[in-house]
Amino acid sequence: MSIVRIGAGAGFQGDRIAPAVELAERGELDFLVFECLAERTIALAQQARLADPTAGYDPLLDRRMRAVLPACARNGTRIVTNMGAANPRTAAERTCAIARELGLSLRVAAVTGDDVLDRIQNYILDETGAPASALGQRLVSANAYVGVSGIVDALDAGADVVICGRASDPALFLAPLVHRFGWAMDDWVRLGRGTLVGHLLECAAQVTGGYFADPGVKDVPDLARIGFPLAEVSEGGNATITKLPGTGGMVTRATCTEQLLYEIHDPARYLQPDVIADFSGVSLEEIGPDRVAVSGASGMAATGQLKVSVGYRDGWRGEGQISYAGVNCVERGRLGLALLRERLADCAAVISEDRADLIGLDSILPQRRAGTWEPPEVRLRYAARCADEATAQRVGEEVESLYLCGPAGGGGVTRSVREILAIASTLMPAAEVAVRAEALKEATAYLR
Amino acid sequence: MKLHEIAHARTGDKGDISNISVIAYRPEDWPLIEREVTAERVVAHVGHVDACEVTRYALPQLQALNFVLKGNLRGGVTRSLALDGHGKCIGSVVLEMEIAGQSRGEE
Repeated sequence: MSIVRIGAGAGFQGDRIAPAVELAERGELDFLVFECLAERTIALAQQARLADPTAGYDPLLDRRMRAVLPACARNGTRIVTNMGAANPRTAAERTCAIARELGLSLRVAAVTGDDVLDRIQNYILDETGAPASALGQRLVSANAYVGVSGIVDALDAGADVVICGRASDPALFLAPLVHRFGWAMDDWVRLGRGTLVGHLLECAAQVTGGYFADPGVKDVPDLARIGFPLAEVSEGGNATITKLPGTGGMVTRATCTEQLLYEIHDPARYLQPDVIADFSGVSLEEIGPDRVAVSGASGMAATGQLKVSVGYRDGWRGEGQISYAGVNCVERGRLGLALLRERLADCAAVISEDRADLIGLDSILPQRRAGTWEPPEVRLRYAARCADEATAQRVGEEVESLYLCGPAGGGGVTRSVREILAIASTLMPAAEVAVRAEALKEATAYLR
Repeated sequence: MKLHEIAHARTGDKGDISNISVIAYRPEDWPLIEREVTAERVVAHVGHVDACEVTRYALPQLQALNFVLKGNLRGGVTRSLALDGHGKCIGSVVLEMEIAGQSRGEE
């Protein structure tokens, strides 16, 4: 029975590169997938592209490709990634250039069509209840979470590297399985199972012991050298999740259960572009060291609607921090926060919301009562959402002024200003989104 | 007994929605967790009481609960002024919950 070996080379844009190189070199992989695009990343990339038409793809693309392309080419491992962000075509061209520099003959394809900014105007946004057009000049980007079709087309046409923009994260893994096994796009059970494989792998180390360790209770061996996961997937869609021998971390029922439930909401209805996956009957079984067998996922017909992330400029965030320590530090911190609100009262018209924290006491869950415990130190943090950059700047300046004009013993000020790029969501009929695979010329080989 | 003694947790987010799993270390403790860790107790423990709507999903074969808290993240990570805009720290706080009962795994 044929088995596809598929690995995860990144679970977010800034992820570690060495574990991906290990997988490329000795994973005997058919496919290596890099998931590098968070909700907001593509809006930031769109802004970068507006400023420079040759930008807007993942800034780490060069480093990742240089690190893994030689081993992937040598071992026949094909790459799928969303590192194209807002500019998959330029990312693919850049990858071709890197391959040429490295003396490799690779066929590279770009998948486009997720950018729906030109037809988003009349769609009502969930968060605002108003059409996207109401954002006017603040509207930056609109990208649909597309399914497997473009990636499958590119793989069917022989691409060694497929670079897309916004696609659903599990689809990056489901697509190679659909391509290799020839699964029908109405085989809901297999599509559901492939989605589970993708979901377990998409955050990379989060299934091999990352985001997991709790010393003394949930210890993870050799976390410093944590390995990234791979799945051995059968034609029926069931799989074994594992990692390379000699790497750190672990794959257990517990690590897989945490990742199974991660960010899925209703386990019986995990909404995806190509399927509604049902994880409610999944079984996980430890069948060997760092080997977990996954079975029992299912699926049903997709909704026909694609989620669209709409990026828009939402003012400026000004922030400042200062520390207090020793006896009565909490009261000095509270005095500092009260002074900030009083001194910024004249900006009330342009500050729509603020946040006053004492880190170490109440910054994570301010609604919980802090109690009577006196910490040895606190860090005051004040942040405000401002309509303009100048006011955001002033917020940090007022925090810094607490040095000389505030409570006793404040130290270690930091401050920052940044434009807020917010994301809202809507749904768009899948028929409105035309996904395309585009082949690129390479020095020694051509696709199609 | 704190929930931390018998369960582990992981937190994620999508937009303004928190997704918190609570998973039994030992199958023997599943009935206790299923009975004690109700949606109401979780939202009272960590939620923004004014804005939060919570749903609990149970997966008995995995001895796991999944809590979905809508409106828990002050607009979500892209807008929130919070230090932990993702709400990634919340799951560990859920594990502070006091559980009436004894771990069967330690009997």
